Amino acid sequence: MGIIDPLKAAPIPPGADQDAILRAVGDEITNRGFVIAKADKLFNWARSGSLWPMTFGLACCAVEMMHSAASRYDMDRYGMLFRPSPRQSDVMIVAGTLTNKMAPALRRVYDQMPEPRWVLSMGSCANGGGYYHYSYAVVRGCDRIVPVDVYVPGCPPTAEALIYGLLQLQKKIRRTATIARN
Amino acid sequence: MNEGNISDSAAVGADESLTGLAAMADHIANVVQPMAEHISVVRGEIELRVAAASVPQALGLLRGDRQAAFNQLIDVTAVDYPEREARFDMVYLLLSMDNNMRMRIIASVSEGQAVPSITSLYMSANWAEREVWDMFGIFFSGHPDLRRLLTDYGFEGHPLRKDFPLTGHVEVRYDDAQRRVVNEPVHLVQEFRDFDFLSPWEGVQTQMASEPAPQDKSDQKG
Repeated sequence: MGIIDPLKAAPIPPGADQDAILRAVGDEITNRGFVIAKADKLFNWARSGSLWPMTFGLACCAVEMMHSAASRYDMDRYGMLFRPSPRQSDVMIVAGTLTNKMAPALRRVYDQMPEPRWVLSMGSCANGGGYYHYSYAVVRGCDRIVPVDVYVPGCPPTAEALIYGLLQLQKKIRRTATIARN
Repeated sequence: MNEGNISDSAAVGADESLTGLAAMADHIANVVQPMAEHISVVRGEIELRVAAASVPQALGLLRGDRQAAFNQLIDVTAVDYPEREARFDMVYLLLSMDNNMRMRIIASVSEGQAVPSITSLYMSANWAEREVWDMFGIFFSGHPDLRRLLTDYGFEGHPLRKDFPLTGHVEVRYDDAQRRVVNEPVHLVQEFRDFDFLSPWEGVQTQMASEPAPQDKSDQKG
């Protein structure tokens, strides 16, 4: 993850600035024995730094999701580790066409995820029905069933685009997540 | 009885395969003699028309015959011609591995008519006939387990009929205060637009005083 500039929510590359920050923190620890940080910033750092996706790979977008987890666009280096169970995951990636028959199952899986949870809609079928928008058997967007945080467009979105969407979700988490329960 | 009506709509360049097909078509006509209504070779495949009630017997004869040996069922489907009296065409696709030939058996079925099931002959017809029932509404008598296969659990209607609209009738779903997914009448934000590209004037709504009214082709919304 590296050092993140809190104002810009972008990583600070290795260099003089990063060394200065690391030295300041190290001095604080040697001098006082502890570091002071804001609690919600710390929690958001932890939440966004280890987003465990629960994949809802429904159709062709699932293959691009596999691509993003494979060696070229490794998702594991961002701390994203695919979990097969909704009970152990933070974000649900709805990848593929959501049909009417699948909609109750999607809702049930979403309900089984513990708070805090986010949803990323991947591909045009999950965003708004996509290629099958006018079909009798397709839900026109998974946001009719679950609340969505990030929409990733594409048919399918490239693996790089999905990684970009997940990074945007990380920024959103750092920006908007709070400790208070709603 | 029309037999041996070999109309080759396949390529005119003659192959042994075409003559082989023609010979096989003759042989098939002999095998299913009283039942065949029409037999021809169309697009490299033998096409046989029979009555719906004699389909299982015809399939059994074609499988049992040593020379024809059409012993693999590839698919069972149906086609809807709503303007006809007998609106459906049941289509059975067969493959003879020994002869490397494919054939089609077509039976015309009207709307309330039941077709005898061939599940006892070919086990793969079980799900194929379930799919035809689900999509077209053709009932198969003697089928061990005829229920829906592809459509949603409470779905009403047979989607692949020509009078079923593309977008369906009551098919919009969302989650609400009832804490479940519900059915609602379908409401499209933008209707389905069919770009035929036949005429550049298709979208023109204004008309000259002397011309007839423009033809309304916007019937695509479900």
